[in-house]
Amino acid sequence: MIEHMIIWPILIPMIGGLLMLLPPFKGIERYAARRVFAVLLILAQIATAIAILLSASGNAPIFYAVGNWLPPFGIILYADTLSAILVLLTTFLGLGVILYSLAGEDRAGRYYHPLIQFQILGINGAFLTNDLFNLFVFFEVLLIASYSLLIHAGGKQKTEAALHYVILNLIGSSIFLFALGTIYGAIGTLNIADMALKISSLSESNLLLAQIGGALLLVVFGLKSAMLPLHFWLPKTYAAAPAPVAALFAIMTKVGIYCIFRVYTVIYGVEAGELADMIQPIIWPLAFVTIAIGTVGSLVSPTLKGIAGNLVIVSVGTLLIAFALRTPEATAAALMYLIHSTLATAALFLIADLIGLQRGKAGDRFVISRKLKNQSLLGSCFFVVAMVVAGLPPFSGFLGKLLILQAPTLNADKFMIFSAILLSSLVTIVALSRAGTTIFFRHAPVRDPVKDLNDSPDLSKWQITGVLVLLIASPLITIFGAQVIEMTQLAAQQLHDVELLIDVMRLRGVE
Amino acid sequence: MELLYVICVGVLTFSGIFLCLRARTFPVVVGLTMLGYAVNMFLFSSGRLNLEGAAILGMADKYADPLPQALVLTAIVIGFAMIAFVVILSMRARADLGSDLVDGSEPPDTRKLVKSKRGDA
Repeated sequence: MIEHMIIWPILIPMIGGLLMLLPPFKGIERYAARRVFAVLLILAQIATAIAILLSASGNAPIFYAVGNWLPPFGIILYADTLSAILVLLTTFLGLGVILYSLAGEDRAGRYYHPLIQFQILGINGAFLTNDLFNLFVFFEVLLIASYSLLIHAGGKQKTEAALHYVILNLIGSSIFLFALGTIYGAIGTLNIADMALKISSLSESNLLLAQIGGALLLVVFGLKSAMLPLHFWLPKTYAAAPAPVAALFAIMTKVGIYCIFRVYTVIYGVEAGELADMIQPIIWPLAFVTIAIGTVGSLVSPTLKGIAGNLVIVSVGTLLIAFALRTPEATAAALMYLIHSTLATAALFLIADLIGLQRGKAGDRFVISRKLKNQSLLGSCFFVVAMVVAGLPPFSGFLGKLLILQAPTLNADKFMIFSAILLSSLVTIVALSRAGTTIFFRHAPVRDPVKDLNDSPDLSKWQITGVLVLLIASPLITIFGAQVIEMTQLAAQQLHDVELLIDVMRLRGVE
Repeated sequence: MELLYVICVGVLTFSGIFLCLRARTFPVVVGLTMLGYAVNMFLFSSGRLNLEGAAILGMADKYADPLPQALVLTAIVIGFAMIAFVVILSMRARADLGSDLVDGSEPPDTRKLVKSKRGDA
């Protein structure tokens, strides 16, 4: 059983999701059974993810040859500390999202819980696979689940956003396949470890093909991660999505970032001969422009969800800066920041939804409206999440940004990175405090206070639990900072050590 | 054969991209389908084109690479499912948004532009 552990984060949501489509979970009236089962499934996945993390960080990275077709021929799953951390992060985020949706969002459409499971299946698979074509398949799994989740509960706004999102991603999938065809034609393999081995000894003409393939892949990953200039879809899509789905989408951009880290460190990394670090000069300026656009966007957004969407873009830019530094220390810092920003933006989306629910027609727009029913509770939650997102001490955002600021070694880099990250943090604080002031302190003159308050729906205990689960992670990351940093550093070392990957796969013997 | 193949893939990709840039959902869906065909043919050719080569060892003197064939099969199945989804979604969008435009409504300035031109004539 233990040697099959690595495939469990894929199998549990797949089989669980399929079971939920059958009796005794099928049918509108059996939602209670589905809810219990969904929570049990996600808890089981968290347990497996912890076990994989302990095994991958304690001993060595694990690989799993599906169907026992050994590398480089079969499809290989590979869990190093990086993949294991990200799977744990996904499943933990899934727990928060599922708990939040138990308040009633899951009853707005019939297949909510199975779709969430399929979505998590796709994300886990993308993190665990070590085969580029398999990565494409898992991308499609997570995409088709996200298409359906985006239009969950229906509505004009959602349909329009979904149409754009689906068409863009279908074009992205075509580009992905073009890239894979080019790369396979040039290198002759799609196993990431095998590609890393072969890319340094390509002939002149194949080298050009491999370069084109790598550049096409960057377009795909850039689209997924909302890197400039491929970010236009993100704010609209995330604002239109139902709140728990938007929170789950917070990890989807990070899938793109993870792929950039994996592919351009292992395959097109330092040891790739002529193609070594080929995208670094492109990413470096794009990262700064991405931060700038996201920051300006968050300043001009008229809604809280709009701010949250633009802050996702800022976090993508920050991660790309850390990528462009190309050192293990920077990768470790990026991973730390990635964990923090995923949970923080997810919590921000959920809190924005709760605020919108209690403000009647005003929703989460920044207009003067009535007082919130749970003013103090939501106010404190918003205050905390704003501090976390903006990166103020004592929360995890501070730690993540500090590590990224410490990563560069050259003075010129330091100047650029300090100004970009600190300025964007300042603007984020301004944008969020403007939002908070309007929502919590400025109210319309009350005509009938009792009626107004009765109109607002109560907060469900599940919604509060979901938000708190995500929020509590931030101080925990700070308290156990030493352990988390140690873990991310180990992950970064394992990622940058290409020889380790090739050794684990025992590819040298095949040569 | 190579030339014919390249022209086919090129023309399909060209028409696919052209149609994807149209404003209404029907041409966009057709464009996505064409792009799908183009990419499938392209993937197939990534194992190099050769005639009378068997994909199984010991059957013939020449061998064809079986991996691109497997990849194409997977890509066809996935592409088919995705096109089915986008067809249903665009029908839903036609009902929800009241028009078959990708943006839901016609951009206002182009309409003005057309009207002013008509006025001149």
